[in-house]
Amino acid sequence: MGDVMQRVWDRALSDGIPLSVHFDLTYRCNERCVHCYLDHDDHGEMTTAEVRAVLDQLASAGTLFLIFSGGELLLRKDFFELVAYARQLGFDVKIKTNGILINERAAARIRELGVRQVQVSIYSHLPDVHDAITKVPGSLERSLKAIRFLTAQGLRVTIANVLMRQNAGHYPAVRALAADLGVDCTIDPTITPKMDGDRSIVGLRVTTPQLLRVFRDKSLIADTACEPLASDDEVLDARPCSAGHTACYISPYGDVYPCVQFPLPTGNVRQQRFDDIWHHSPHLEEVRSIRMRDLPTCSTCSHMSTCSRCPGLAYMEGNMRGPSSADCEKSQVRALAADGVTIDREGACA
Amino acid sequence: MTDVFIARAPRLAARKVGGEMVILSADDSSLYVLNAVATAVWEAADGRTSVGTIVADVICRDFEIDRESAARDVDEFVRDLASHGILRTSDTAFDNDVAEDDRSRELA
Repeated sequence: MGDVMQRVWDRALSDGIPLSVHFDLTYRCNERCVHCYLDHDDHGEMTTAEVRAVLDQLASAGTLFLIFSGGELLLRKDFFELVAYARQLGFDVKIKTNGILINERAAARIRELGVRQVQVSIYSHLPDVHDAITKVPGSLERSLKAIRFLTAQGLRVTIANVLMRQNAGHYPAVRALAADLGVDCTIDPTITPKMDGDRSIVGLRVTTPQLLRVFRDKSLIADTACEPLASDDEVLDARPCSAGHTACYISPYGDVYPCVQFPLPTGNVRQQRFDDIWHHSPHLEEVRSIRMRDLPTCSTCSHMSTCSRCPGLAYMEGNMRGPSSADCEKSQVRALAADGVTIDREGACA
Repeated sequence: MTDVFIARAPRLAARKVGGEMVILSADDSSLYVLNAVATAVWEAADGRTSVGTIVADVICRDFEIDRESAARDVDEFVRDLASHGILRTSDTAFDNDVAEDDRSRELA
């Protein structure tokens, strides 16, 4: 599947097709996760008719992969109606949920509608740690119950395990839990600032010693042959990521951004057709014009070819052509891990 | 095969990317990318049009292929995709649900 899928992405890139769209249907939520970047008040989310009209436009634009997320998207009373409509339009639908509202009947309906993948957030195998992060007592138990309902339907489920200071050491147990449940598990140490620019939650990011332990964990390294590194010119000519090129994000209020982690306003589908925004937004054109060689700091960095720099995080730090400090740290720690360096709790190298 | 009716299977995602239909199965994530002729057959597989009509009215017309060659190619393609559960075949036209589903796709 890899090569064929890559060919599809390459074609989408050359034809300017938004192949993948992340669509948050609501920012309302029934959890209050300590690291969440959203404002959960409803400031006028799109109506059913508005969302359906946007889905029509995305289908016409060539979008295949549709990620429905939130907030907790099952809080929308029209959730199943919108999924059904999206499936009718031929989208490949993935949903991201905390699972709290998924009972046996909901799981059966999700399966019946042809959703291909469901992602459920699990922060720890320990109820007190998970529930302290979501601020909802009993939430781990309910999320795990939802996963069992979903897998009983034969649905493909992935546990998303976001790492923070308070749960950084729990990922091996969460992965074991996922294996017991027969589901995939991804771990991610990314904590983004709030969408309004408030950086207070960034302090929850894992510490450098915690990150080093993750990067040194051999069980997390894929059992595949490494591809040869690209030449410097290939790296310098590369696009920073797919945001704004073959992918974008739509908020519950109709705002279109290059990515959920890249809140650069490019237009609003309540005021313009999606196609007009996608093809004519000056901000999207600017994002698309950027190559690695245009990044003044990163293009001269020794980690450039292996860095996972996120342009959205850089934008939130004030400059979409600048470095993202969180990714700089990851690159530095990854290099230390490769060199066999250890770091004590205070951060001193040994 | 010319009297057979074909319809797209329901648990699939599909979108045309650069003239080729990309199809993804919700059940096992299988991926299919159809060439231009196969894409035309897929798009015409509304459950109400026979394979013979698709060959004559779509494939021969749009691709300037003689009817015999077109029928042979389409026959092979239909058998192949039916064996993967991507197309459904029937000796009679499919019911209205398939037709409704098809109209929604056309609107998109």
